[in-house]
Amino acid sequence: MTLITEFVISLFLIIGGIFALIGSLGMVRLRDTMQRMHAPTKATTLGVGGVLIASMLYFLLIEGVFSYREILIVLMLLVTAPITANFIAKVYIQGNVGNDDLPGTDAERGWAVYDEPPMG
Amino acid sequence: MMLARLFPHPMLSLTLLLIWFALVNAVTVGHFLLGGFLGIVLPIITAPYWPGRPKLRSPFKLAAYVLMVIWDIVLANIDVAKIILFKKPEDVHSHWINVPLDLTSAEAITVLAGTITMTPGTISAMLSADARSILVHCLHTDDPDAVRDEIKSRYESRLKEIFP
Repeated sequence: MTLITEFVISLFLIIGGIFALIGSLGMVRLRDTMQRMHAPTKATTLGVGGVLIASMLYFLLIEGVFSYREILIVLMLLVTAPITANFIAKVYIQGNVGNDDLPGTDAERGWAVYDEPPMG
Repeated sequence: MMLARLFPHPMLSLTLLLIWFALVNAVTVGHFLLGGFLGIVLPIITAPYWPGRPKLRSPFKLAAYVLMVIWDIVLANIDVAKIILFKKPEDVHSHWINVPLDLTSAEAITVLAGTITMTPGTISAMLSADARSILVHCLHTDDPDAVRDEIKSRYESRLKEIFP
């Protein structure tokens, strides 16, 4: 029983570790800032997720207490990662991508970095 | 009336209490009182920043949506990992994609933007100045229109049912 438990926990740790490694590898391999951002926003989510699932299983099955602090960490990660990515993308666009390089908006106003919001 | 002033945002109060329990990792009477105190005081202090209250049409659909997104995040991770490991950097065709929005409420657009960033090969980069379009960066695709249609049909249509 303990052997199976340890095996499952190790499995999640290894999966998490592999994805975190691939995420970091993506930072090196991909070419520009926008492409590089795909690696940490996604691959790393599963990396951290795997480690946190392993942590919950460890406390539940071996220590015998239910720990839901990990859920909080996952939630914070899910909420903050897209916002950080969004800010980096906007700064990158402002410095490196002209309005003409972007597709049109199909709306009355242009993209937020290059156009004023409507009044009111 | 008195109750509305004490709890301007009941769901926020409840969430704060649950987050407090998760932070201390224990459910006791003492922490219930302390968490309850925070749950009452914080919404009152921050009330000026939350003039409206986001309306949810169906919480069950929201739960189904969350489960679907979690599954998609797992798939997205495998997709991106494959691109990183097995594609030559020159063969990765990235695109900017313009996705016109039908959603109007700020909460719904925020959730959609977050979903786009966490799911297969796309990052939401910017809104148009009038919030009627969202700019998406796609890591690798040969058919940008299909990506746009998938975002609209898979995520936006579901969010339209959740947020009125």
